[in-house]
Amino acid sequence: MLKALWTYRHFIRAAILGDLRGRFARSALGGAWFVIHPLALAMIFAFVLSEVMAAKLPGVAGKAAYPIYLLAGTAAWNLFSEILSRSVTVFIDNASTMKKISFPRLCLPVIVWGGALINHALLLLAVGIVFMAFGQFPHWTWIFLPLGAAIISMLAFGVGVLAGVFNVFARDVGQVMAVALGLWFWVTPIVYPLDALPPGARDIVIANPMTPMVQFYQDILLRHQSPDLVSLIYPTLFGAALMSAAMLIFRRASPEMVDAL
Amino acid sequence: MSQPRVVLEVADLSKSYPTFSSNMARFARWVGVPVSPISVFEAVRGISFALQEGEAVALIGQNGAGKSTFLKLVTGTVRPTAGVIAVHGRINAILELGVGFNPEFTGRQNVAMAGGLMGLPPELIVAVTPEIEAFTELGRFFDQPLRLYSSGMQARLAFGLATAVRPDILIVDEALAVGDAYFQHKSFDRIRQMKAMGTALLFVSHNMGDVRALCDRAILLDKGQVLKDGPPDLVADFYNAMIAAKDKERQQITQQRLDHGWIQTTSGTHEATTASLQLVDAVKGTNVEIALTGQSLRLVVAAKATQAMSSLVLGVMIRDRSGHVVWGSNTWHTDQVVTGVCAGEMIRFTLDFPCAFGSGSYSLTTSLSGDDTHLTTNYEWRDNALIFEVINSGIYFVGSSALDARFSICRV
Repeated sequence: MLKALWTYRHFIRAAILGDLRGRFARSALGGAWFVIHPLALAMIFAFVLSEVMAAKLPGVAGKAAYPIYLLAGTAAWNLFSEILSRSVTVFIDNASTMKKISFPRLCLPVIVWGGALINHALLLLAVGIVFMAFGQFPHWTWIFLPLGAAIISMLAFGVGVLAGVFNVFARDVGQVMAVALGLWFWVTPIVYPLDALPPGARDIVIANPMTPMVQFYQDILLRHQSPDLVSLIYPTLFGAALMSAAMLIFRRASPEMVDAL
Repeated sequence: MSQPRVVLEVADLSKSYPTFSSNMARFARWVGVPVSPISVFEAVRGISFALQEGEAVALIGQNGAGKSTFLKLVTGTVRPTAGVIAVHGRINAILELGVGFNPEFTGRQNVAMAGGLMGLPPELIVAVTPEIEAFTELGRFFDQPLRLYSSGMQARLAFGLATAVRPDILIVDEALAVGDAYFQHKSFDRIRQMKAMGTALLFVSHNMGDVRALCDRAILLDKGQVLKDGPPDLVADFYNAMIAAKDKERQQITQQRLDHGWIQTTSGTHEATTASLQLVDAVKGTNVEIALTGQSLRLVVAAKATQAMSSLVLGVMIRDRSGHVVWGSNTWHTDQVVTGVCAGEMIRFTLDFPCAFGSGSYSLTTSLSGDDTHLTTNYEWRDNALIFEVINSGIYFVGSSALDARFSICRV
């Protein structure tokens, strides 16, 4: 399966770029939108939350603390949710291609994944720009971010492909995943700090494999701490298990997928 | 040339589509729980055949006979339930033109993208792009977004890409000719060239003219099985006879190859049959086997009604050696329908016509039916019931129609 992907690497690369280019075709600013979007998001968080709402985050000084906290969590979450939500529908969206052309089907979620990673990198770039606007230079601990992105990718890819395969046969899966993703956002400490939760709710949030990932981003972007690598063991194992399950089911279901599309 | 190489071998190929009581049952099977489906639809059952290089094979059959499923199995988009497919060489399929195209990209960009999807390495795509640009004749449109293309232009681009690199096996599903008449010729020529260079061709067509013109062999599929595999004229006539009536149980189809190479196919429900069939000279009344261009001919058909029927129509069709229809009509179109036919009655039809044909071998096909088409009631259909040769006794010309054409020349 991986060998087939390797022979199609040029196509995958071209498709990722084509996908990005296609998204902003016929717009005057074109590629600039890739930076403008995340930059705008970062700006909104920075100005609205720090100036208008003057939100404070317990334990961290500075009025930029809460917007940065939000941005860090959102960056991690957006990567996760983009890979997941697009993987769920990727086989259905490409039904006619799958039916008419013989190519490794795993290319499709890999293209989604590649596109999401590029978006993620651009968002981080925008965050870096906003940081500099606040007079801070990105800390050296940023070099750990690719590790976080890799683990988030595993989690999202695993859940996404698994749901994507089932979604081909039962379209309800896609709807359920959309709702589940909305709920999942709120059991991840993105807009609130984990300490603010009552103990019962906190246990649920701690069981969420995305929680250490979001905290990993917050540690690096906000607290300039070396991330807690031990906390990554749980999401890594979780992600690896999901990936294995997804690959197993994908292999078994792959011959039947075209029949059901 | 040495022994032709076999490029595709298919052995006992089957594809069935199971239906499960619920999706849960289907999912359970993937993780190893043995669940049996509640019903199974068999689209393709036990097909075996081999394809040699340079050979062109047409798949014919009614809708739902399993033709497209079979092509998808060979292409690899659908996986077989049982059986073996051995492909020796590069396979290229045109199941639908324009799959994988993005309307926002230019023709050039789409060639790169869709070519990658077909598995072509990027260097090769770069190498063949100028050739595609020239072949499709899109001009400046080649570097404009696809959404500005007409549907014919899109089809041209898709066809140009699909045939840019000569494969060992080309699979085409009802898209042999695309675009306008000019481009249709061009695409046909390209397919012929590839065939001449050794590409094996496997295609689905409902156009019996294409089948006769292009292929060496035809395979008739019915209910997922091979019903007939043989020379195109034989299989095409058998197919024509097969679709002739809805009440297939009463239909009988017989085929025999006559000593001069033509195949006679007879089908029908036999309410009326041809008792005798004669081609005679209209003036002398003598039997004609070899006619001269310009001779007055008369076809005499004696039909016998075995049952009473409300109406009877005789149809006559003349075809040349390659199976192209030269002329055909019936007594329904000429307002000469015989009505109220009694059982046992004999009816004699005569048809006078000039031998306005070029030299060559021609066949006469007759039909006895209830109305203008043999598809609803088919009493009897006789393909190639009578064969005659034509010799040109006058001025030399090529072609099958002896036009009353004259040159006039004046030197000015």
